Amino acid sequence: MIAEAIASLLIVTGAAFVLLGSIGLVRLPDIFTRLHGPTKATTLGVGAIVAASSVAAYAVNGDISLRELTIPLFLFITAPVSAHLIGKVALKDAAARRQN
Amino acid sequence: MSPRPDSFGRRLLPQPVLTLAIVALWMMLQSDAGGGTLLLGLALGLLIPIFTSVFWPSRLRVFRAGAAVRLVGIVLYDILVANIAVARVVLGNTRNIRPAFVDVPLDMDDAYVATILGSIITLTPGTLTIDIDMDRRIVHIHGLDVPDPAAVIADIKSRYETPLKEIFGC
Repeated sequence: MIAEAIASLLIVTGAAFVLLGSIGLVRLPDIFTRLHGPTKATTLGVGAIVAASSVAAYAVNGDISLRELTIPLFLFITAPVSAHLIGKVALKDAAARRQN
Repeated sequence: MSPRPDSFGRRLLPQPVLTLAIVALWMMLQSDAGGGTLLLGLALGLLIPIFTSVFWPSRLRVFRAGAAVRLVGIVLYDILVANIAVARVVLGNTRNIRPAFVDVPLDMDDAYVATILGSIITLTPGTLTIDIDMDRRIVHIHGLDVPDPAAVIADIKSRYETPLKEIFGC
């Protein structure tokens, strides 16, 4: 019961931050500021949802699974790479436009 | 302690830290932590670094686990706190923000450690790594709302770069 409440709270929190990332994508003015939204949604948003999964699994099975932890781990490794590449291309593109 | 360049031990175990990381990851991915799982994990941990050794020109010599755990704590805490700050920016008047590019001078030579620093900068909200320039030794970052570039630089250097240098001894 308590575990269910904690898991629900974590899911709502996580979903809220993922939503905030999407709102940021819409509201922020240019590509560099927009990049901030999605990279952040994956950190706290997905982190909270995965934590909810861990809590729920513990409540149902009674064992602590480390497998969930690999999801944010892989996300934390890959998210900066895509952001880095998009940012780098955008910067080169902006420089090229300025020259023309 | 560390073997001579191109010694047998070095060729067999080119990246001991990577080997440990692969074994640990494999054990996490498997639900049963039996001997067979460990054996397969060890095999992967030994083979993958050998087959990918072309991508790893430098070899991590030092890895201080205690300092690494502390850094992970700092980063997780910063993600939590700064996410709320970014949430406020996103929901507030987005015309009042001051986005800016900032060049953070690097105080290290190892490109991999610099990459880890760049990833941490991207993961912590409000800052984004755009480019890592090892020739000029700077990390080119973009800040969502930067009232004071010097404060951002000082923050990154003291919170992430100093611990990273301690962890990898560079």
